[in-house]
Amino acid sequence: MKVGRERRRTLVCQELVEVITDYLEGALSPGDRARFETHLAGCELCDRYVEQFRRTILQAGRLRAQDLPDALAAELLDAFRGWRG
Amino acid sequence: MAFSRLRPASGPAPDGDRDSWSTVQARLVSLRSGDESAFLALVSEHGPWMLRLARRRALSEAIAEEIVQESWVAVLRGLDSFEGRSSLRTWIFSIVTHISSAQFNKEIRSVPFSAYGTEIAGPSLEAGRFQNASHPEPGSWLTPPPAWDESPEQSLTTHEAQRTIGSAIEKLPPAQREVISLRDVEGWSATEVCNALGITETNQRVLLHRARSRVRLELETYFGAEASG
Repeated sequence: MKVGRERRRTLVCQELVEVITDYLEGALSPGDRARFETHLAGCELCDRYVEQFRRTILQAGRLRAQDLPDALAAELLDAFRGWRG
Repeated sequence: MAFSRLRPASGPAPDGDRDSWSTVQARLVSLRSGDESAFLALVSEHGPWMLRLARRRALSEAIAEEIVQESWVAVLRGLDSFEGRSSLRTWIFSIVTHISSAQFNKEIRSVPFSAYGTEIAGPSLEAGRFQNASHPEPGSWLTPPPAWDESPEQSLTTHEAQRTIGSAIEKLPPAQREVISLRDVEGWSATEVCNALGITETNQRVLLHRARSRVRLELETYFGAEASG
């Protein structure tokens, strides 16, 4: 995503919140990446927002820690025995 | 464990999954010889995400479990012909998707493909949170993000906060829910998600960003309610 107008030199907060994922995914141009980092270094509120954004991503990954119900795992094993036989 | 988790010398699978073709072949040999521990390892690796995927589709838990069972039957049948062109999980993903729509058409809600293109309009955070054009610094924060007061009872790691994240994801429009589930919950790479869903990198990123922004906002509300309540 391109940030702001072509000749724009700085990034405002409203623009920054739209490109955080682009930033994290390495999808910003070097210029936009530098503008992002410059803004972040000087804006406590955006820094907080980005930190909360990162933590949201991390915590979403914790939802992965779930096992299969035992009964379902047992049925799958039965299916495997049937597949072999 | 009977099979190696190492990547082959030829490098990783095309989209970065650890299950390369040769690893799958080694597993297949174990499976064919009836090695139940090899099967259980495969199930414990892929079963949980398949169930979460099926739950996103199925209208009931019972149907979700049936989809998983039928999908495993299809996986076992198809392993012989799996050629490693996609990663194992992208391949399994396509099987679950196929089984869901082919055998459980009436008991699922599918994600209309058009959703991947239409759920990307508008800002991720409402314009009202920023100063408008009449302000000396338009686009700066008007309603900034409040700090999250994370005492032990309120921290992000509590069961309650986790539930907030889970239900925020469930409430998302279907395409956003699918992308954030695969990327942030399951930890798939962007390439895998694009391959599995048949969407472009750009679309994937926009959907992911909107989803993450929404979930962060729900957490902001959660922490706000905790602070005032």
